[in-house]
Amino acid sequence: MDDINMAYDKYDLDRLEAESIHIIRELVSEGEKPVMLYSIGKDSSVMLRLAEKAFYPEPIPFPLLHIDTTWKFREMTEFRDRIAREKNLELIVYTNMEGLERGLDPFKDGAVYTDVMKTEALKDALDKYGFTVAFGGARRDEEKSRAKERVISLRNEHHTWEPRNQRPELWDLYNTGISPGESLRVFPLSNWTERDVWAYICRENIEVVPLYFAKERPVVNRNGNLIMVDDDRMELLPGEKIEMKKIRFRTLGCYPLTGGMESEAETLPEILEEVEKEIRSERTSRIIDEDAGVFSMEKRKREGYF
Amino acid sequence: MSGVLKIMTCGSVDDGKSTLIGRLLYDGGMLSIDQKESLEREVATDTQMETPDFSLLMDGLSFEREQGITIDVAYRYFATDRRSFIVADTPGHEEYTRNMAVAASSSDLAVLLVDANKGVLTQTRRHLMICSMMGISHYVFAVNKMDVSDYDPDIFRSVKEDIEGVAGEFPHSSVMIIPVSALRGDNVVKGSGKMEWYKGPSLLEYLETVETDVRKEEGFVMPVQRIARSEGIRYLQGSTACGEVRRGDEVCIWPGRQSAVVESISEAGSEVGAAGSGKAVALTIDRDIDVSRGHVITSNTELICSSMFQATVLWMDEQPLTAGKKYLLKLATQTINVSVVRIKYEIDPDTGKHISKNRLCKNEIARVDILCHEDLVYDTFDRHRVMGRFILIDKITKGTAACGTVAHQLRRADNISLQPQDVTRKLRGEALGQTPKTIWFTGLSGSGKSTMANRVEKILASEGRHTMILDGDNIRLGINRDLGFNEYDRTENIRRIAEIAKLMNDAGLIVITAAISPFSSDRQIARDIIGEDSFIEVYVSTPLEVCENRDVKGLYRKAKAGEIPNFTGIGSPYEIPENPEITVDTSGKAIDESVSEIMPAIRKYLLAEKPSI
Repeated sequence: MDDINMAYDKYDLDRLEAESIHIIRELVSEGEKPVMLYSIGKDSSVMLRLAEKAFYPEPIPFPLLHIDTTWKFREMTEFRDRIAREKNLELIVYTNMEGLERGLDPFKDGAVYTDVMKTEALKDALDKYGFTVAFGGARRDEEKSRAKERVISLRNEHHTWEPRNQRPELWDLYNTGISPGESLRVFPLSNWTERDVWAYICRENIEVVPLYFAKERPVVNRNGNLIMVDDDRMELLPGEKIEMKKIRFRTLGCYPLTGGMESEAETLPEILEEVEKEIRSERTSRIIDEDAGVFSMEKRKREGYF
Repeated sequence: MSGVLKIMTCGSVDDGKSTLIGRLLYDGGMLSIDQKESLEREVATDTQMETPDFSLLMDGLSFEREQGITIDVAYRYFATDRRSFIVADTPGHEEYTRNMAVAASSSDLAVLLVDANKGVLTQTRRHLMICSMMGISHYVFAVNKMDVSDYDPDIFRSVKEDIEGVAGEFPHSSVMIIPVSALRGDNVVKGSGKMEWYKGPSLLEYLETVETDVRKEEGFVMPVQRIARSEGIRYLQGSTACGEVRRGDEVCIWPGRQSAVVESISEAGSEVGAAGSGKAVALTIDRDIDVSRGHVITSNTELICSSMFQATVLWMDEQPLTAGKKYLLKLATQTINVSVVRIKYEIDPDTGKHISKNRLCKNEIARVDILCHEDLVYDTFDRHRVMGRFILIDKITKGTAACGTVAHQLRRADNISLQPQDVTRKLRGEALGQTPKTIWFTGLSGSGKSTMANRVEKILASEGRHTMILDGDNIRLGINRDLGFNEYDRTENIRRIAEIAKLMNDAGLIVITAAISPFSSDRQIARDIIGEDSFIEVYVSTPLEVCENRDVKGLYRKAKAGEIPNFTGIGSPYEIPENPEITVDTSGKAIDESVSEIMPAIRKYLLAEKPSI
């Protein structure tokens, strides 16, 4: 084994990789119409690499679906289109046009915006194309209610999750059976931690959106969150001013709802080193989680959020 | 040790599991700042709390909080400088047995909590049984709440003894028992100043260093997940279950048992020369034989391809199981229709006792006979984990109704239905004034089985009983003369003896058999054929050295000289019976003495109803 692989030994990446590939292959073998939810973030990038490996030398046998709220960072959209082109992927981009026409604004409409532009949009898109299996990049270490979700999450015809009545999941024997109208959300990265994801990105040299790397960026400090001014839709509140700060993002989403963190990590190994020392769980940088108190994520998941 | 250790925790509701894990993370410095802050915020809002309520870390879902118990499995990920851990926190409430099975199925080691002040409870046994059924063989017992019992070493010692007793009932590779106080932190991460009488490691120290090696299973096994095609080449994709595959290996493809040579192997998309167990691989082979999802690729090992087996199942569905019900069975990558033809007995997890049952409800465990509607490739759970575990799926709701493990193959022809008879075994027995039973002597060659069987028959016959003796050697000269001594033939030898014994029991006779019958799975088959109520197992436990010294037939000498391969005790193992009805050691006494020793028990078992032991 060469030095590069040795360095990642402690993460047990081979085991995680094999488990995830096993899950992806099972669901594609048994599931009717699979799709991969592609959020453009680091977890999606890892999942994409795993799917390539799972089916090699065949191409990935399902399309990618991106729910575009039109408020993503511009660099994310550019990255998405370029990766899809370079890898020759079938990419479906879906936007909730009704919400767009109503002019929902993440700066003003908070929870309603998230519900309509993300949760509802996702449900509509899955229904429109009739997908029965949707792969997502969620990990159990992200958040309390995710810690309890199975690898395969059964959703009813309204896409809602019933945490009280989850299917038992035994060994590596996944029950992929569904009744008409039901669908499965599948999380191949369930057992990965944030450290594992970055270690894998380093080991495999996977390209990720540049926003993950520290750089001088224009930001506004709003309620303690460093919000990057990504376009002119962001209006400054009285007393706010735009500052240049060297920041990077731990998670990516809609720019008005994603706080950056001050950092010096400009390369993958530096990010990994920073994550190793990191002391806050990553979702705290997403403002949407704070809307409805401690159990907001569980509530959103029950309603059909990924 | 290396890599990740997967741990599950179990205990009854008030043993303080969540507190223990919380304490482990808190003292071990493995909590994030925001988790710490939220804990401390809770303390601040509740003035009655002395220490943070660590259980809040684990109880993630709101309705669970309202109920005050953890009802699902929560997974936690943490790492020290020495090792990474995945902890599955599981519910202790017995209603949620199924969630515990879920956690156990993905764990290497179980941490069981025992309240020092309450000692071993029936639930401790239940938890052990579920862990054992799902394949766990490493256990750590945290004897908690030592602070409440003033850190008394005598209390710990007495609980420890009880734990050793109950743990001894289940197969295990390691058992560690540690006195702790989760609330106060003694022996969780750091040692304890209050229990200097305890010299062992703290819970964390132990978990960081315990070895839980991957089981060594025979040969190479890979169930095929899917077939990929590119440029006219087929790639057989799947996860390797055990063993290693190398380029150039000759493999066997089940169920057809065709052979082929491996031409290339890719692991996670890159070409390799060999792949070990637990890898996601794609193989190409040198010839164009039929292979599809559900087929199994092996080398240097045997599997079973048949349509009937006996299994232990844990029922998980609200809809109870009744005999004859049809389900989908998923085993490795095969999904087929099956019927559960018989519930043999329910196993009471609290006592291990067998209970006769005709329906099985949620959270109950039972032995059942499963008939597959087509041939299934499988193995016993003992031999090959991946080929011996399965789930049953409800055909209508598509829910997972049960999980199970294969105990052994059933060889009875499933397409011949039983001819109902007017004159029953009971009537024939009554006509002879007795209850027909089979007394099954098992033990090493030279242990005294045949001699004792003969004496026992003589005594019973002189008392007017109608008996018949079936001696292993004599039968091998007749009906079984086509059989040799390989594993398959030995099993078949026992099966035939058992079937003959059963026919003779049906004829009303008391049957006495004497055959080495070294494998417990074979004796189990015999027990199943003859019937639990009619089977009296007599284990002649004369030690090997004594048998070797006797060497009446000169066989041990030949075996040691290498002239008899697979000779029991020399080249082939004898598996000691776990629960024989009767045990007797003939060494150092006259044979009549040994016979007199067992006659009272034999007479007791020959009574109509099998007495409970």
